[in-house]
Amino acid sequence: MNADLLKDATAASLLAKLNAGEIRSEELVRAYLDRAEALKRLNVFVHLDPERALDQARAVDADRAAGRPVGPLAGVPVAIKDVLCVDGEPTTCGSRMLKDFRPPYDATAIVRLRRAGAILFGKTNMDEFAMGSSTENSAYGPTLNPWDEARIPGGSSGGSAAAVAADLAPVSLGTDTGGSIRQPAAVCGVVGLKPTYGRVSRYGLIAFASSLDQIGPFSHDLADAALVLQAISGRDDRDATSVDRPVPDYLATLDRKPESLRIGVAREFFGEGLDPEVEAAVREAVRVYEKAGATIKDVSLPNSKYGVPAYYIVAPAECSSNLSRYDGTIFGHRAEDWSPKYPGEEELHPLVRMMMASRAEGFGAEVKRRIMLGTFCLSAGYADQYYNQALKVRRLIRNDFDAAFRDVDVILGPTSPSPAFKLGERTADPLAMYLSDIYTITANLAGIPGLSVPCGLTKSGLPIGLQLLAPAFAEENLLRTARVFERETDWNRKRPALA
Amino acid sequence: MSSHPYDVVIGLEIHVQLQTESKMFSWCGTEFGLPPNTQTDPVSLGLPGTLPVMNRKAFELALKTAVALHAEITPFTKWDRKNYYYPDLPKNYQISQYDLPFSTGGWLDIPVRKDGGGGRCALTRVHLEEDTGKLTHGVGDYSEVDLNRAGIPLLEIVSEPEIRSAADARGCLEELRLTLRYLGVSDCEMQEGSLRCDANVNLHIHADGETIATPIVEIKNLNSFRAVEKAIHYETERQYNKWREDGLTIKDSPKTTRGWNDAEEVTKPQREKETAADYRYFPEPDLVPVVVDEEWLARVRATIGELPAARRERFQAAFGLPAYDANVLVEQGDDVAEYFDAVARETSEYKLASNWIQQDVLRTIKDRKLAIADFPVRPEALADLINRVKRGELNTNQGREVLGRMIETGDPAEKVIELGGYKMVSDSGAIAAAVDAALAANPQAIEDLKGGKKKPEAVKGFLRGQVMKQTGGKANPALVGELLEAKLAELLA
Repeated sequence: MNADLLKDATAASLLAKLNAGEIRSEELVRAYLDRAEALKRLNVFVHLDPERALDQARAVDADRAAGRPVGPLAGVPVAIKDVLCVDGEPTTCGSRMLKDFRPPYDATAIVRLRRAGAILFGKTNMDEFAMGSSTENSAYGPTLNPWDEARIPGGSSGGSAAAVAADLAPVSLGTDTGGSIRQPAAVCGVVGLKPTYGRVSRYGLIAFASSLDQIGPFSHDLADAALVLQAISGRDDRDATSVDRPVPDYLATLDRKPESLRIGVAREFFGEGLDPEVEAAVREAVRVYEKAGATIKDVSLPNSKYGVPAYYIVAPAECSSNLSRYDGTIFGHRAEDWSPKYPGEEELHPLVRMMMASRAEGFGAEVKRRIMLGTFCLSAGYADQYYNQALKVRRLIRNDFDAAFRDVDVILGPTSPSPAFKLGERTADPLAMYLSDIYTITANLAGIPGLSVPCGLTKSGLPIGLQLLAPAFAEENLLRTARVFERETDWNRKRPALA
Repeated sequence: MSSHPYDVVIGLEIHVQLQTESKMFSWCGTEFGLPPNTQTDPVSLGLPGTLPVMNRKAFELALKTAVALHAEITPFTKWDRKNYYYPDLPKNYQISQYDLPFSTGGWLDIPVRKDGGGGRCALTRVHLEEDTGKLTHGVGDYSEVDLNRAGIPLLEIVSEPEIRSAADARGCLEELRLTLRYLGVSDCEMQEGSLRCDANVNLHIHADGETIATPIVEIKNLNSFRAVEKAIHYETERQYNKWREDGLTIKDSPKTTRGWNDAEEVTKPQREKETAADYRYFPEPDLVPVVVDEEWLARVRATIGELPAARRERFQAAFGLPAYDANVLVEQGDDVAEYFDAVARETSEYKLASNWIQQDVLRTIKDRKLAIADFPVRPEALADLINRVKRGELNTNQGREVLGRMIETGDPAEKVIELGGYKMVSDSGAIAAAVDAALAANPQAIEDLKGGKKKPEAVKGFLRGQVMKQTGGKANPALVGELLEAKLAELLA
């Protein structure tokens, strides 16, 4: 019975059953716990405390039984990327550095999920400190793609994407700094939405790159994405960069056809390195829109080519500062041995050697690479050449989008240049890895919202994602526009066959 | 070797903690003196995932200060991160202001001293940042970190390197403290660390027709005004002697840091922070820039009352007080000056009011450790007493006695006078009799006046005192003088 319960489940379908009294949340959580146990090999969860999940479920069941009002997600499990602070639960950021960190507070998005009645269902695996595109940079081993266990689930929110794809939770939260929600959503065949910068509070999101990070949902379909987005959005006094704008009822308007359906196809998103099967699926999506009555326009985002270089200055620069607190003094792993190891180290203050040894042991290679890159970019004499120059490029990229959005409502393209690649395929080549985010990075630099919806499968059965981008705070129209495609196709109903 | 004239060049870097209920970027409390690490919250501890949010009240206090210091307010200001690894800084970066501080320029006028010092102290900039935690070294083979202080709003005030003496440096700090206390933005207690000062010092030595600058030394660990003055004196001599020994100039040596040792009264070389000076400043992405418009500024300006410098001038101009009096009254702080103002509204005997406040009132509140608000004689009552003296009901000595009784009992002047029989004697007959008695008792005085051996004013003063004594101190002093003069004129004719 349990297995049936989760078959083709979405948050909405489960809520219907919960609200109708057909199932209890506790049963549901038990079913997901059983499945998590059965699919442990996917390495989706870094941490999952059955008792905590069941306690929350029983509390919601009691509320329902007593006829007390319950929230819009009451009793629905939500898997949480391990970069979001949950009071008293391990929050490791996929790093050895934070192996023992248990925050004494909830992130605002978590507070809001709790208020909506959601069951916090485990912490999902990720690239260390959200740096990566394959979840292979996790200190806790890679997560496997539920569609092909020899392949990566994308990253950095690979665990949260795989959780939904493998029906280990109906919905989940991830974070997106350069594509870390959309790219894994694409390669895992689920919906992933990165909101406008400032739409969702970052309080309690352990920062990678503060000016780019944003929290967003993974789901099987757009209705669930709308539901979760609505629950977590809105101004927060604890985040100065969160924006004070009303949160629309995304779910209520989802099925209304957009008043204006002008779709831009950016030629820069169809360049060299794009997998032909991905391109074909995306071209097909354009035809679907055409048939649905959309106006298709070519648009140009000429500065997109500077996106990856600018990103790899801004993000590492901010990360070099954000991650400096992990030095073994107050936060982070502390090395046991900090005796001098290399010539010259004898002269260093023992405190400095302790910090050096702790950081050397606590951080993985990719994190170290970015810290060094960022430290260099901010150094006296280089800041103007790199960091400040990159900020100018951000402005240009934003201008490109502003200009394009004068003619179109949404810009369409592939989410990722290729379907899921094989585990280990790109670990030796950081640049190849960085190019996984070539189509997603510009939205973060411009601060605009974007989502990925499933739009096909390759011949070998790997999911392909369609990316839609919209102007800042146009999530409502973005969801409605994506819904036009979802209604016309059945890609969102495809699920991997997992034994 | 001959000695050379030199100028001392001093620049001050002053840190002032603003008095706010909560910290600069969080809701955490700021109370001083609590057990270590109890005034903390996830944000001020720099816990992963936390974000700073600007304390608007703190920003307004900073604005108020800068406006009072005549600084130019930057209409668009932002926050920057100053990155360095140090255990007093939980995030390993400090939120500060780099290239767009909220204010630039400004000045502070120091009262001119008799030695010619004082005058204008020009400021370079004032910016706002978060304070760091406090490290205590030497408790064992480890150091202790207290983060109660971390995140307290901290103003950094940088002076131009134009201060020319240790006394002026001290004067500048004292005037700053007075001004900030008037503004109510900080308690400026150097002992508690809410006012801290580092001094950059070097010399411009005039030798062989050239001016030679010595290497700049930053003096830290200055925990009192006295220490500031002494340390600069010490450092001045040390630098001069050192230059005579080694001849090193500013071109030969980078800035170094020395700490003031209060017990030994010397400066000693200090170990620099382990990190080099590259702070990798960049705009703080977790905060939004602050736009200060005219409307906001006008609201802030309206909260600034009369500042000490203006009050000193007014006390001289409006009440005819000597500069010394004006300074003493103003220096005591806003409440004392306010007290004087209240007295001055009810009487026109300003100088007498000033004298009695400086002598009797201030001594009493100091001895009894009272705030002037709790001083038993309210300004109206003091003015009433002063007016009675002015009207001739009491002489000055009686007035002070009555004031003494008023302070003891809290009674109004009228009651004290009635109970104590403090009526001034203005009866000419009685005073004339007292004059006669005094002269009869002191024949030598008449001889002295006749012989011209002593100064007549001194003798007359003595005689006036004798007459007062005869009347039990109650005689009208003007009438005593008048009648004594007449009698003496008669006798000496």
